[in-house]
Amino acid sequence: MQAASSGATIMLDPAVRPDDDVILSVEDLAVHFPLGGGLLGGGHRLLRAVDGIDLELKRGECLGLVGESGCGKSTVALSLLGLLTPTRGRIVLDGHVVTERRSVDRKRLARIAQMVFQDPYASLNPRQTVRRTLEDPLRLHGVTARSEIDGRIAEMLRHVGLRPEQAGRYPHEFSGGQRQRIGIARALILNPKIVICDEPVSALDVSIRAQIINLLLELKESLGLSYIMISHDLGVVEHMSDRVAVMYLGRIVETGGWRDIFERPAHPYTQTLIAAIPDPLRRAPLATARGELPNPLDPPDGCAFSPRCRYAEAVCRREPGPSLETRPDGHAVRCWRADEIAGQLPS
Amino acid sequence: MKLGTSAIIGGMLFALAIFVGLFAPWLAHTDPVMGANLVNAEEPPSWIWWFGTDAQGRDIYSRVVHGARISLTVGIVSQLVNSVIGVTLGLTAGYWGGWWDDVVNGLTNVMLAIPSLIFALAIMAVLGPGLTSLLIALGLTNWSFTCRIARASTLSLKSQGYVQAARVLGYGDLRIMITQLLPNMIGPIIVIGTLGMGGAVLAEASLSFLGLGIRPPYPSWGSMLSEARDQITTAPWLSVFPGLAIFLTVLGLNLLGDGLRDVLDPQSRSRRT
Repeated sequence: MQAASSGATIMLDPAVRPDDDVILSVEDLAVHFPLGGGLLGGGHRLLRAVDGIDLELKRGECLGLVGESGCGKSTVALSLLGLLTPTRGRIVLDGHVVTERRSVDRKRLARIAQMVFQDPYASLNPRQTVRRTLEDPLRLHGVTARSEIDGRIAEMLRHVGLRPEQAGRYPHEFSGGQRQRIGIARALILNPKIVICDEPVSALDVSIRAQIINLLLELKESLGLSYIMISHDLGVVEHMSDRVAVMYLGRIVETGGWRDIFERPAHPYTQTLIAAIPDPLRRAPLATARGELPNPLDPPDGCAFSPRCRYAEAVCRREPGPSLETRPDGHAVRCWRADEIAGQLPS
Repeated sequence: MKLGTSAIIGGMLFALAIFVGLFAPWLAHTDPVMGANLVNAEEPPSWIWWFGTDAQGRDIYSRVVHGARISLTVGIVSQLVNSVIGVTLGLTAGYWGGWWDDVVNGLTNVMLAIPSLIFALAIMAVLGPGLTSLLIALGLTNWSFTCRIARASTLSLKSQGYVQAARVLGYGDLRIMITQLLPNMIGPIIVIGTLGMGGAVLAEASLSFLGLGIRPPYPSWGSMLSEARDQITTAPWLSVFPGLAIFLTVLGLNLLGDGLRDVLDPQSRSRRT
């Protein structure tokens, strides 16, 4: 109830009135994990997994969230779904503020946002048939009529390209691609509006990936879904996303429309990511970012990317990256030298 | 589904013990307590007295058959109590973590540090001999292994995608534990439980042997052994047959436990298409 009333206050406040088109908005989200201190209790350290990000997802849109492993993408996903309590910031999902993890809120949240997981082998309960996997959530959310349950399960299985007769089988009787279809069916069975896909194809054989990506795109159109597509693979994101946000060490360093990111990348990190997409037509060797992602417990001084950046100057090593300023065309970059280096691709 | 040889042999032995216990009044030749007749005292095994008779002239066969009731009741019930306690503590400790995990861990370590038979002895000394005290004493002292297994399984399972998916779908903690975690750890729990049942049968025998379990004249395998101690050289059949009963039952339970370990793997479940 609290979530609903605070949701209502937003609607009334003209200053923060959300766009009707915006189905998800995140303001200044931060998730810090305290790590155990020394023996004497002193020296508690903070892992700033996510450190102040803003996101917006419009209805029917697919937002790609990219970055290396450990940059905080999955932490963002878990916070959006209410599985992690943010340190600060506000998340509004379809007019409802995501607050604590009270069960009433979690159930309502479940009908708004769902998730497709990375590993189709670990994301299905090996002891439950496909039918149980899809039936239990329906029952939990108040669908009890046998015929309706049967109908919805059969319809959902057809939607994801499986046969309703396969519902009585256990997960180990399916291939990886089929399992991921079951995972997608489970995410969609409650008719959510937003689906967060956490690396949905990276555990699959390359030959299956395109099928699953196309399935996700078809479902987005036919069911009117909005996606957040989390991936470390820009190639996948390039295929699916309308807009892209690039994360680096807990922050968003560049965000913009598909065209802005892929044709005029302005942040040096985005440029290296794009240059790292394997392209059979381009002979040039792959350019990759130098070095490793810095330790988030001990982030570098200045701009977090400066130790790996080929354009870094004194100012980059001294001052933290500038704030993310959105240009009129919706393209935003967090880089001191963005204007000088925009559009270049390292070769 | 393919059952291993050990599971089949173990299962048959255990089933035999259960059968004997259930139908003891029909299988026994005489009343195990009242059927004393000094005329027949210390008869060796024969066609009339299958397992021989004791100093009071009671039929050992009838007493072993009736003893199965007590031994199996103690074995099954006390191990069920242990499993329920162990799973409840281990599952919740692994799932919630935090201070509750510390408390459960501390308790488990204490239980593991005290030899469970000594602990049971202490409880029996307080409660006095008898079946109920035996069930309580053995049911409260042997859950630490189950608890450890349940906690460790929970820790490894709770990060699995399907547990996270269940949370995203709005499942409550209890529902996640019962529908997602428990079914995936039930295999090892059953194996440990079956082995523990054998242990409980042995523990009952030990406690009764020490005079703190089932008191004579009621027949339990342990109390029969205890009574037979003085005549072990003159009338060995008094100790051989109850000892054999304990041996076969515990062997059966151990074989069954080992065999079930292989069967309870989800991958080896039959394809049901």
